[in-house]
Amino acid sequence: MKVKLTINGRQREADVEPRKTLLDTLREDFLLVGSHAGCEHGVCGACTVLIDGEPSRSCLMFAVQADGYEITTIEGLAPAPGELSVVQDAFCETHGLQCGYCTPGMILAGHALLERNDAPTREDIVEAISGNICRCTGYGQIVEAIEFAANRLRKANTPRGGRS
Amino acid sequence: MTNTLPLKFVSSNRRVREDRRFVAGQGRYVADVALEGLLHVAVLPSQHPAARIVSINTLEAMKMPGVHYVLTGEELARATEPLMNGLETPNVRRFPLAVGQVRYAGEWVVAVVAESRAQAEDAAEKVKVEYEPLPYVIDSEEAYDPSSTPVHAAHGSNVLLDKTFVWGEVEKHFAESPRHLSFRVVWGRSSTVPIETFGVAAKWDPWREILDVWASIQMPKYSDQIARSLRIPLNNVRVHQDVDVGGSYGVKRGIKQTVIVSHLARLLGRPVRLIEDRLDNMRAGDAHGPDRIFDVEVAFNDDGIVKSMKMRALDNVGAYAGRSPFQLGKPIGAIVGPYKIQSVKYHAVSVTSNKAAQEAVRGFGQAPTNYAIETAIDKVAAAVGLDRIEIRRRNFIRAEEFPYLIPSGTHYDSGDYHTVVAKVLAHADYEGLKRERDELRASGLCAGIGVAACLEPSGGNSSFEPLLNEKNTTSTWMESCRINIDGLGFVTATIHTTSSGQGHETLTATVIGEVLEIDPDQIRIVRPDTLSSLPSNSPVGSRMAIMLGGAAFHAAQKLKAKIVRLAAHQFGCAEKDVVYEGGIVSNAASKKKLTWVEHVTIAHRNFHLLPEGMEPGLEVTHVMQVPTGTQLPKDGKVQMYPCHSFEFHLVLVAFDPEIGKPQIRRYVIGHDCGTVINPHIVKGMTLGGIAHGIGAALLEEFVYDAEGQMLTQSFMDYLLPSSHEVPHVEIVHHCTPSPFTVFGQKGSGESGYLGSPAAISGAINDAVASLGISFSKLPIRIAAISDAIAAAKNKEKA
Repeated sequence: MKVKLTINGRQREADVEPRKTLLDTLREDFLLVGSHAGCEHGVCGACTVLIDGEPSRSCLMFAVQADGYEITTIEGLAPAPGELSVVQDAFCETHGLQCGYCTPGMILAGHALLERNDAPTREDIVEAISGNICRCTGYGQIVEAIEFAANRLRKANTPRGGRS
Repeated sequence: MTNTLPLKFVSSNRRVREDRRFVAGQGRYVADVALEGLLHVAVLPSQHPAARIVSINTLEAMKMPGVHYVLTGEELARATEPLMNGLETPNVRRFPLAVGQVRYAGEWVVAVVAESRAQAEDAAEKVKVEYEPLPYVIDSEEAYDPSSTPVHAAHGSNVLLDKTFVWGEVEKHFAESPRHLSFRVVWGRSSTVPIETFGVAAKWDPWREILDVWASIQMPKYSDQIARSLRIPLNNVRVHQDVDVGGSYGVKRGIKQTVIVSHLARLLGRPVRLIEDRLDNMRAGDAHGPDRIFDVEVAFNDDGIVKSMKMRALDNVGAYAGRSPFQLGKPIGAIVGPYKIQSVKYHAVSVTSNKAAQEAVRGFGQAPTNYAIETAIDKVAAAVGLDRIEIRRRNFIRAEEFPYLIPSGTHYDSGDYHTVVAKVLAHADYEGLKRERDELRASGLCAGIGVAACLEPSGGNSSFEPLLNEKNTTSTWMESCRINIDGLGFVTATIHTTSSGQGHETLTATVIGEVLEIDPDQIRIVRPDTLSSLPSNSPVGSRMAIMLGGAAFHAAQKLKAKIVRLAAHQFGCAEKDVVYEGGIVSNAASKKKLTWVEHVTIAHRNFHLLPEGMEPGLEVTHVMQVPTGTQLPKDGKVQMYPCHSFEFHLVLVAFDPEIGKPQIRRYVIGHDCGTVINPHIVKGMTLGGIAHGIGAALLEEFVYDAEGQMLTQSFMDYLLPSSHEVPHVEIVHHCTPSPFTVFGQKGSGESGYLGSPAAISGAINDAVASLGISFSKLPIRIAAISDAIAAAKNKEKA
């Protein structure tokens, strides 16, 4: 079945079985392997992508259902090769990861939160990442990363010489 | 310790270099390895906990679209050697696919190979297997009973290990002690459950006779085992170690999966891969953890001083042995915890059952044992009416007593337990914490404080192998590093194993940068494949800071010594009169100096300028032996591990008695792992270990029903802690350097996990003590708490 997807701002086409998940399609047909399979039943969040800006489980969605939506994967966050987004850089600053397997989903969840709320409380952050399981970090440095990113984003939006 | 402070890069809060690729989604995991012509495997599980395989009909499956092959256990067994056992149990034979009989529900019976995983799964459903159900045993005590049905009939019983050690005058000490108490605690079967399942891809090149393997692996001597099982020379096996592993914490040891795909790759002449789905992984990835019953008896006096301990640990390893019985051996190296218990009787029993096979889990059996020891200390405190922290202080080994020899033969290297505890209590305001607990109680909640003090033995020699198996003569567990300074002066160093998030590239670069006094960020770290590698034993047993850090340190020292010798020859002075500083070498008397580029150029291009006998180039290797690891066990005693990190947990838990859902309101840990090489990494290990321990204490269990079926097969039933369950954790640092390591570092890879289950259990038991109840089995699930409280209240009413 032919499917037209908008992935990281680009129109892409593929011919997929109707039963093929969006996750498998992203990985196999478009070679976007930053989205990971963890549980394939919608609990762990390793497959998280943004669909029209909302974190979604790409393992629970068929590729054919994604037709017409804006899909953002982890590969779409870095502004240029070798250059990190503020959220990605913040995860490096606080070491908000270890093995890196849940990290793309975690960063997309954090990114989506900061898109709608640039001054999240700790509770907001905990809630935003609660659908993404990390087995390495115990979440402490992930929460710190998102706090750090929020702070930097707020400061970046403050005019020079303005309030600090 | 051979280095002197201050350190420039070690212990500084530098970024972890691996993180950049991961945050960009550019990690390279096994499922990301693209191989042309790749075929995919799906496996067919057994529905029975025990059954004879009467027949397997694969005809219909073979006709399904895309199918290339259907492999049975019989066929695979003819072509391969059985997988290795740690103990001498030759009749407990283990093959990657069941042969003749299935021994647990979920065990893999048939492997189907197709163009896609989906096609392989479709075809697996068409395989017809006729079974004849057999008697089975699930319960550990029942399996230990000689009348139980043996899981392996040829072995004759379910007992793999039944060994009693007596260290010191146990009976005398018990007779002398005025007070005794005994109890049972149970550690439920859980595991590390990485978010990436196990996966492996293999490719056979018949013209070069090379088997290439890419795997999500964390395993000592992995390629050796592949070669043995496939009956091919070890130098025909090339494991690619530049594969990122998506979490492991011990369990990623997929040898059976590897043998299946390696055999199929050779048979079919195409690359083959098997990536477990979550159900494959949970049910039959053979990656469950310890499943242990402890019966403990302690002898003590009215002051709460514990003199002697008797412990029986009965561990249910499931249907096959592997190395899992050794998980009863490692805790021998810290069998008295941080306490001056003078003698110990330890009865270690390992039994088979019709559950999935057990594998190494973070701490290799130490966390369950710590839970039993800490429960004993709490119970002694209650018996003599002492505060649980005071009783620990009274029994702790004192700072001035190190190195301290424990009854089972290990010298603890260093520590200052009293100071760590004092720092934690000051940080947490212990009196204030108790007031907070009491206020919570007054408000109608159940509230309790938990404490746990324990050790993290690290960097060892795997000495539990010869201790439990006399035919095993292992006395080294080396690790290696090679450093090359190229002709343009750039530095490249090697790691000879895979990593699963521990930051080994950062570790290695930091250490080399420290010794050579150059920016670690300029050092390239690479991972040669196994055919190009020096000896390694992979990141197990909290060893890499000690062993890889040590190997990198010594290699860098050798390199520095070579540069100094080369310089002394140019300067016409003695080596001792050469000063090495920031990569520049100079001689004060002659005012001569060689820059980095100059001495590199001499080494690479000017043989005529080299001292006699010096090899050209600037390349060194170092293969490091385990510090203190020189002897085989003697009289049931051995120096198990060289280094012993210490952790002290203090936890406040509260919950509504009707609901029973524990909320961790405060979590403080004091952590002493000696000199920290990268603070970010150690912090992450500790926080992650605590989260993992919260899971083991409250949520996670592979539950089997009476019919031998596993009930918790998905993440809907096997619950992993989310950000809601893991509290903010406060870490209080202390540093007691180890005298046996290059910077004074100790291990930290298992930190947090080793004590958090004990601390949380202690907090919950403190919360319900006034109701006259206690919990003696982990995990303590929400329903267990609310049910027990309701029963206690009903009893009170009646």
